[in-house]
Amino acid sequence: MVLLALSAGTARSAIVKGGLPWKPGAANPPTPVAPEGWRYFTAQEGALVEAFVDRLIPADDLSPGGKDCGCAVFIDRQLAGPHGRFEGYYMSGPFQKGTKQQGPQSAETPAQQYRKGLAAFETACRSKFSGKSFVQLGDQEKDETIKGLEDGTLKLDGVDAKEFFKLILKDTQNGFLADPIYGGNKNMASWQMIGFPGTHYDYREWIDRHNQRVTLPTVAIATHPNWAS
Amino acid sequence: MAQKLPHKDAVIIGLGWTGSILAHELTDAGLDVVAIERGPWRDTGTDFSITYAQDELRYRIQHELFLRPAQISVTFRNNAQQTALPVRNWGAFMLGNGVGGAGVHWNAETWRFLPSDFVLRTHLTQRYGANFLPQDMTIQDWGVSYDELEPHYDAFEYLCGTSGQAGNIKGQIQPGGNPFEGPRSRPYPTPPLKQGYGHALFAEAARQLGYKPFPQPAGNLSQAYTNPLGVTLGQCTYCGFCEWFGCANYSKSSPQTTILPVLVRKSNFEARTECEVTRINLDNTGKRATGVSYVNASGEEFEQPADLVILCGFQLFNVQLLLLSGIGKPYDPNTGEGQIGRNFTHQTMSTALGFFDKDKFNFNPFVSAGAIGMCIDEFNGDNFDHGPLGFVGGGYLGQVQTNGRPMETTAVPPGTPAWGSKWKQALRDNYLSTINAGGGVHASFYSYRDVYMDLDPTYKDRFGRPLVRLTIDFHDNELKMSAWLTDKYAEIIQRMGAKQVVKHPRKGPYDVTQYQTSHLCGGAIMGENPGNSALNKYLQSWDVPNLFVQGATAFPQNAGYNPTGTVGALAYWSAAAIRSQYLKNPGPLVHA
Amino acid sequence: MRDRRPIAATLAAVTLCATMGSASAAGIDKQNFSQIEKGRYLATAADCAACHTLPGSGHQLAGGRPVETPFGMLIAPNITPDPQTGIGAWTDDEFVNALTKGTGRHGTRLYPAMPYTYYTKLTHDDALAIRAYLNSIPAVHNAVKSNQLPFPFKMRWTLALWDALFFKAQTFAADPHKSAEWNRGAYLAEGPAHCGMCHTPKNFLGADKTGQRLQGYNLQGWFAPNITNDTRRGLGSWSADDIVSYLKTGHNKITTTTGLMSETLNLSTSHMHDDDLRAIAIYLKDQPGQNDKPGAAPDQSVMKVGAQIYADECSGCHKADGSGIAALFPMLKNSPAVQQTDPTTLLRVVLRGAAAAGTDKAPTASSMPQFGWILTDDQVAAVVTYLRNAWGNSAPSVSAGDVHKARQAFVQRSD
Repeated sequence: MVLLALSAGTARSAIVKGGLPWKPGAANPPTPVAPEGWRYFTAQEGALVEAFVDRLIPADDLSPGGKDCGCAVFIDRQLAGPHGRFEGYYMSGPFQKGTKQQGPQSAETPAQQYRKGLAAFETACRSKFSGKSFVQLGDQEKDETIKGLEDGTLKLDGVDAKEFFKLILKDTQNGFLADPIYGGNKNMASWQMIGFPGTHYDYREWIDRHNQRVTLPTVAIATHPNWAS
Repeated sequence: MAQKLPHKDAVIIGLGWTGSILAHELTDAGLDVVAIERGPWRDTGTDFSITYAQDELRYRIQHELFLRPAQISVTFRNNAQQTALPVRNWGAFMLGNGVGGAGVHWNAETWRFLPSDFVLRTHLTQRYGANFLPQDMTIQDWGVSYDELEPHYDAFEYLCGTSGQAGNIKGQIQPGGNPFEGPRSRPYPTPPLKQGYGHALFAEAARQLGYKPFPQPAGNLSQAYTNPLGVTLGQCTYCGFCEWFGCANYSKSSPQTTILPVLVRKSNFEARTECEVTRINLDNTGKRATGVSYVNASGEEFEQPADLVILCGFQLFNVQLLLLSGIGKPYDPNTGEGQIGRNFTHQTMSTALGFFDKDKFNFNPFVSAGAIGMCIDEFNGDNFDHGPLGFVGGGYLGQVQTNGRPMETTAVPPGTPAWGSKWKQALRDNYLSTINAGGGVHASFYSYRDVYMDLDPTYKDRFGRPLVRLTIDFHDNELKMSAWLTDKYAEIIQRMGAKQVVKHPRKGPYDVTQYQTSHLCGGAIMGENPGNSALNKYLQSWDVPNLFVQGATAFPQNAGYNPTGTVGALAYWSAAAIRSQYLKNPGPLVHA
Repeated sequence: MRDRRPIAATLAAVTLCATMGSASAAGIDKQNFSQIEKGRYLATAADCAACHTLPGSGHQLAGGRPVETPFGMLIAPNITPDPQTGIGAWTDDEFVNALTKGTGRHGTRLYPAMPYTYYTKLTHDDALAIRAYLNSIPAVHNAVKSNQLPFPFKMRWTLALWDALFFKAQTFAADPHKSAEWNRGAYLAEGPAHCGMCHTPKNFLGADKTGQRLQGYNLQGWFAPNITNDTRRGLGSWSADDIVSYLKTGHNKITTTTGLMSETLNLSTSHMHDDDLRAIAIYLKDQPGQNDKPGAAPDQSVMKVGAQIYADECSGCHKADGSGIAALFPMLKNSPAVQQTDPTTLLRVVLRGAAAAGTDKAPTASSMPQFGWILTDDQVAAVVTYLRNAWGNSAPSVSAGDVHKARQAFVQRSD
C-alpha cells in the first residue's frame, strides 16, 4: 500500500507527504551510443574530424588512435544532443563581449562553432596546401597544420583559430577519457593505458594497500568484459 | 491571478540542508510546515543508482545534478567600472538544485570555524592594531561566539555521523587531532576515514617538518552509523565519485541520508517540489512577512500564507529574494549604506602539484572520498603571527585529493606537448604518481567595501526578475596570503619526495570560469545591531522579525574552512531560539 | 449520507485504554469501551484494512480495493456500518458466521480470499469484539460489486464444494502440552494474523497444502517465504528477538521488509504488542524445518561470472562477504530470503529494485536500484545463482529462462 500522496499538480511539480516517494523499476540510466553513422556531422565533416582526432591522439603502442577509439563519434553525438545546443545554459541576451574572466559570451552553440570552424579550417588547409583537403595530407603536414591552429599562425576566416583548437582538443580528450557508453574510449583503451580501473564502487579492500597496483579488471558503466563466461 | 492556499504555520523556502533541519525542528515543535523547493525530489535508488552514478561526463562535466543557468543565473564583473555579464555556464561555483540541495553533491568536508573567527575584527585589532588591516576591509564580529555555537556544531556532527579525530575535548588537546580547533564537548560520532598512500605520505612529510597533521573531518562515514533521529547511514567505500555526484550507498551525509526519511513521515510536514518562490510577501507596514508567492512547473502561481518564513535557499538566491522582495535596504558601495548585498565573499583556493617517480610511487588516486585527506591547521586563521608577513587570514593545508577521474586527472609536467604521442605518454606516466589536490590550500576570503551583490540592471531570469549581480575581485591581502600559504604547501609536497613541484598560487583577477569551491558567503550578514548587519545573532531579520535567513548568507566574512559545518550549527542555533523564545513570544529576539 | 456513527465511537476514538479486556457477556455493548478497543486490536492483527480499505481513499474499511487471486479479481466489500452498502444491517450472528464460517447473508458463501478458513479459529467473544469495533467506525456509503471473477469461478454455489473438501469450521483449541505463550502465538498466527494465507502453498484449487504449512507461497508476483524453523529457508537462523524486531520495526540485523510484507508491517504487525509478537515468534520457531542440507552444487562457470557481477554491482552495499549493514542493506549470507526454493522475490528485487519499509523506530527506508536495465537474463541468472550458493548458502540455480519469464510477468505489474 502506498502511504504517501504523490499527486502531480502539474506535469512535474509534486507534493511529497507521508513517506518517501518510490516507484518500482524507476531508473534514469544513460542511453548508450550506437557507433554507426553520423547524427550531426556531414560525411565530409566526419572524415575531417576523424583525421584530426587521429593526430591529436595518434595510434601508438600506448593505445589505438583517436579515430579507432571513437573520439569523432563521441564528438558527433555530443553535438547532436543537448550539449551541442548549449541546452541548460543561460542564453538570454544581450550578448556582449566581456573580459576573459567573465567567460564565454557568444550565442554560438558548440554545434554551430564546429560547423563554422571545420569549414574555415578546411578552407585554410586547401589554401595552404594547393587545394588539398586536410584528410589528404601526410601525417607530418597534418601535425604542422594543427600546430598552426594551436599557436594561431594558421588564420581561419571569421573564426578564432586558437579558441577553435582548444575546443576540439578538449572534446577529443574527453572522448578519449569518458565512459565508452558515450561512443569514445572504445574498449576502455585510455583507462587501460593510464591504469584507471573504471567504475568500481567498492575499494574498501584497497584503501590500506598503499603503493600497490590495483589488480581489479577494468570496467565501465555498460562494459564488463570480466562478466563473460 | 495567484491562487491563495490554506494557511500554514511556517513556510520554508528551499529544502536543502538548512531547510531540512529547520523543517524537522519546527515540525517537532508542533508547527504545520510546508517546504517549497525549486528543483526535483532526489532519491538514492533512482537518482544515484550504483549502476550509473559513476559517470564523470554526465555529472562532473555536464552538471546533471546541478541547477541549470537557463533556470536562473547571476551576472558578474570584477569591479564597478565593468559591465556585468551573465554567467552562462557555471564555472567558479556550482549551484545545487533539488531536494537535498548541495547536501547531495558536496564533498562532505565538515569543519568548525575557530573561536577567533567569530570575533575577527576585535581579535585582529587587539593583536596587530587597527592600522594593520586594509582600510577597505569590512570584516566584522559575528555577534555569536564559538562557545554559544558549540552544542549546535555537535548536534550537526551527530546528525551527520561525521568521521573525525577530535583535537581538543573540553580544553584537553588530543593526540592525532587538530590542536588548534576550538574545544569540543565530545569526540566525533565515528572514527576518521582511512587514508590513501598520498594522504598518509603528506602527513608523514608534515610531521617531519614539525607540523601536527590530522584527518579531515568527513561526512563520508568510516563505518555504519545510526543518528539520533534513528536514520542509518552506511560505510564509505572510497569510490572516488563523491563531490559533484550523489552517493549510491547511503554513506555520505545529506538531508536524504540523515533527516528526510523522518521528516516526510510527519503528518504536519509537506514538501512541494519543482516550485519556485518568486517573492516573500510583506504586509503594508513592510515589517511583517505574510507568506510567499511561488510558481509551479506549469507556470501556475500560488500564494502561500504563513506566520513564519524561513529563507533556506543558497546564499546567492537568498540575497536575490531579499532584494526582490524589498526587505532591508540594498547596499550602496559608494555611500556604504544599506545591508543587503554587502560583505560578499568566496574562498581563496590554491594548490601545488607534485610529480613523483612513477616507478617508486603509486597513489591510486581513484581510491578516495570527498572529504578524505590529512591536513595541517598551523596556518589557518590567526594561528600564526601575521606581524612580519603583511597580510591577515589563512587556511588549512591538506593532501585532500578526492579522485582519479580521468577527464579531471590529466596534469602533466609543464612543457609537455598538449597533444600527440608525447602527451599520451606523459598522461600514462603521471596518472598514478601525481599529487593534485584542487583544495590543497583552502584559505579565507575577507570582506571588502567593493565586493558586493546587487540587482543587475539588464539581465533577467525566466520570470522577468532581475538577476543578482556579483561585483567581486581579489584584494592584495588575499593574493599575498595565497602566495605565502602555497609556498608552505609546496614545501610539504616537496618533502614527500616529489621530483617536481609546480606551484599554483591564486592570482587575480577573480575569474568566474575557474572552479574555486561553491563557498559563497555574505550578502545578508549577522551582527550585533541593525546598523552593521541584516540579521541578528539568531539569524532573524532586523527588518522583518517573522523572517529568518539561514545559510552562509549570514557570514560577515569567510574563514579558512569549508562553511557547511558552521551553516549547520547556525541552523540548529537559530532553530533553538525560534523554539524556545520566538514561538512563545513572536517578535524581535534582540533589541539593539 | 446520514452519520450513523454511534456516540460510543467518538469516545472510543479518544480513549487511550489499550486493555485486552476480559470476555464480556455475549452481545455487543455500545458503551463497552474495552470491548471496542479489543476489537480494534484484533482487527489490526487480522489486517482487515489490507483488503477492505482502498489506499488513498481516506475511507477506512469502506471496501473497493481489488484483491488479486489466482482465479481473478475480487473487490473487497464495504464493512463499515452503513446499512445499505455496508454491514450495518447485519445481525451479530450473521457477522460471526461470515467471519468464522464463510457464509454471508442469506446463505451466500464467501470466497476464501476472505480468510474465514483462518478466522474460524477466533473465539466467539473475539469475533463479537471485532463486530463492536466495526460498528464504531464511520459509516461510509460505498456500493461494491465484489465478484469480478471470470466464469466458472464467479458461480458462488461452487464454494459449497470447496468448503466441503477443504474447510472445517473450528474454533482454536489450545494445546495443553504447550506453554500459554505458545498457545497465544498459535491462536494469533493461525487465527486473526492468518500468516498461512500468504505463507502456505496452495493446491490448484487455491486451498492450503496442509502438509506444507508455512513453507512459502507464490502470490501477486512475490514469493512469501518459508516461515517454519528451517535453518536454511525459514526462521531457523533468526532468534525470537529477531522475529519480533522484524514484525515491529520492519528490520532486524539480518534483513528488512519490502513489497507486500511492508504493508502488513505498516497496517498490522507494527501496531501489535511486543508480547503477542513474541508469542507468534515462539510458535513459528516451533514449526519444524524440512531438509536444510545443501543441494546440488551449481555450475562453477556460472558462479565465476556471478561473483564478478556481484563484486562490481552489489558489494558496494551488501559487502564482499554478503554481510550487508543492519537496518540498511540486508544480509545475503545465510539469508533465508535468498535461499527460498522459489526465487521470484529475489528476481523481482534485482530486476525492479526494492524499497525497505520505514517505521517510526526504523525510519531509514533505504531503496535498492533496479538492475534490470543493465543485466541481461543470463547475467541476472548468474548473479542470483551466485547469491544463492555463495558464503555457505545453498539453493537451486536460476536459469536465463526463469529470468525471462519473471521479467515478462513483472512488466504487467504496476506496484
